Amino acid sequence: MNPCEGAKREPSQGFANPLDENRIVANDSVPAVRLSGVSRHFGEVKALDNIHLDIVDGEFFSMLGPSGSGKTTCLRLIAGFDQPTAGRIELHGEDVTDLPPYERSVNTVFQDYALFPHMNVADNVGYGLMIKKAPRPERMKRVSEMLDLVQLPGMEQRKPSQLSGGQRQRVALARALIMHPRVLLLDEPLGALDLKLRQQMQIELKAIQQRVGITFIYVTHDQEEALTMSDRLAVFNHGRIEQIGTPAEAYEHPATPFAAGFVGVSNLISGATAQAISGTPDTFSIRPEKINIQAPGVVVPDGYCSANGRIRDVVYLGMYTRYLVELDGGADLTVVRQNLDETSMDVLANRGRPVLLTWQREHNRPIAALS
Amino acid sequence: MTTASMTPAASHPSAERRLSTFLYRRPVLSLLLLLIPPLLWLGILYIGSLLAMLIQSFYRLDGFTGRVVREFGLNTYGDLFTQAHFDIMGRTALMAAAVTIAGAFVAFPIAYYMARYAGRRTRAFLYLAVLLPLWSSYLVRVYAWKFILAKEGVFNWFISQIGLQGVLNAVLDFPLIGGESLSVSPLGLFLVFLYVWLPYMILPVAAALERVPRSLLEASGDLGARPEATFQHVTLPLVFPGVVAGSIFTFSLTLGDFIIPTIIGDSSPFIGLAVYQYQGTAGNVPLAAAFTIVPMVIMAAYLIIAKRLGAFDAL
Repeated sequence: MNPCEGAKREPSQGFANPLDENRIVANDSVPAVRLSGVSRHFGEVKALDNIHLDIVDGEFFSMLGPSGSGKTTCLRLIAGFDQPTAGRIELHGEDVTDLPPYERSVNTVFQDYALFPHMNVADNVGYGLMIKKAPRPERMKRVSEMLDLVQLPGMEQRKPSQLSGGQRQRVALARALIMHPRVLLLDEPLGALDLKLRQQMQIELKAIQQRVGITFIYVTHDQEEALTMSDRLAVFNHGRIEQIGTPAEAYEHPATPFAAGFVGVSNLISGATAQAISGTPDTFSIRPEKINIQAPGVVVPDGYCSANGRIRDVVYLGMYTRYLVELDGGADLTVVRQNLDETSMDVLANRGRPVLLTWQREHNRPIAALS
Repeated sequence: MTTASMTPAASHPSAERRLSTFLYRRPVLSLLLLLIPPLLWLGILYIGSLLAMLIQSFYRLDGFTGRVVREFGLNTYGDLFTQAHFDIMGRTALMAAAVTIAGAFVAFPIAYYMARYAGRRTRAFLYLAVLLPLWSSYLVRVYAWKFILAKEGVFNWFISQIGLQGVLNAVLDFPLIGGESLSVSPLGLFLVFLYVWLPYMILPVAAALERVPRSLLEASGDLGARPEATFQHVTLPLVFPGVVAGSIFTFSLTLGDFIIPTIIGDSSPFIGLAVYQYQGTAGNVPLAAAFTIVPMVIMAAYLIIAKRLGAFDAL
């Protein structure tokens, strides 16, 4: 039972506990994508296991998880590249489980971009229209509109091999968007780009999504990316969904120990340490940035938890500092403090100091341990 | 102890180590040292003999004395461009083209299955099955085919067992490709050429197919292309250089072969056979040399046309 669940939840955003069979449907209208009991087993390996998921029309939905968690398998099932072992897949209310990819109104941006190396940019972007036998002048006009949208004007004649990684990524996006899909699937599209370009493309992708107003389903292993861009996200682990919710919900109210650890950084406290701090042995999580570091002996106000310990390690990260505090009870807590007034010399001098950690009791997140 | 014994070695490196350091610092020199033997081999033995042949083709044979006259001239080429020789060239080029085209059509499905569908064990088995015939003598295999295709051979027996004797006889009655039996007809010769050179087509096509990433095929389907459209617009253009590579083998091997036409078929001469006879029995080395230039010219023309058609664009 999560005491923080409920009150803050917005009615339009579902927050589903994977252990709870009564899934909360996001709203009354037909979902863009609905997975009902979808599984994909490869022999003994359960790549996806009994997934129930509704994706709202027009939302930016992320599938977040480590490699091998089933998120890409899930995307491939929606695109139609792979068939589920069990369950049904609906697109806008239409059952597409048995339809091949070329009869589904979804398009995909591939992780490796999958641009056709023997065609120039214009032919790549116009490929879907060429297949649809659209007349050449119309094709060229829409290709040039699309290249404007992805900020590659005038690149029609280039070959994919003459483009940078970021440019190829944009061509792949234009090639998918020109088909006016109602759902766009993106398989870790920014994985191969460097950090600066990735951050720039995150903002652009989000802007394009809002401009064209279609559903984006975005697969990523990067929790920061998922938190930045998504309206809602699903946390995948071992072929199951651990949590579905808004980025804020996933961050502030992790449903499972895995979700707490994967979305952001969490301190999980359980057993005797939990008993000493909160009065019960139930596991709870506390985010590193919620914890204050104070001198031992300071009076702890009402509504605060506290724990005594010693700073075992200090990692200076420029904007902030990460402390590893060894509690007197034995557990280690990670604490993050912004470097407001401190210099690196100041923070590094803290190593070995005894400290009192305090945080507001309401930031404790009880976590139901998965069996 | 260890440190003490190491120190002299470090200050006075062995000759071997000094040599590697010397070469490491001079990459161009190392490259030259590595390249000189193959360059000598190619330059002197291969290019050199080609040049010698080219020069020979401008000499002529004195018909009266039977001696080679070492004077530059075009007399030999005059002898080359006669109707009988044009027939030989046409027949050979036509056979090479037919074997190449048929080879591409037969090899493609096999290569496609090997590259796309076969599991790891099946694929290994198929590669072995394709390569295995190349381990045995090609003379033995051609003679085996002669018996297989003979009138009393197993192929004829099989055809008559399934009641198609009439069809085979009708095919053998065609004037240009037929004959007394398959083993003495141009059609039989074509079948044996096709069999002998097929591995040289399958292997490059399979290699090219394996290099096409699956995601490209998925992307094509994702953009609305049915499998046949994906094949036409993505698979085929990307695999075509492999087909051209294979066709270079099958085409040039058929152009130059002089053994198979003597064993199988109706004994009509092919270029290889003509070269063999002119330089051997007739002792007309200049004409043999001039004849050898012909397949090279045909191959060059073939490659230029292939390039014009865009066969190498996807390389």
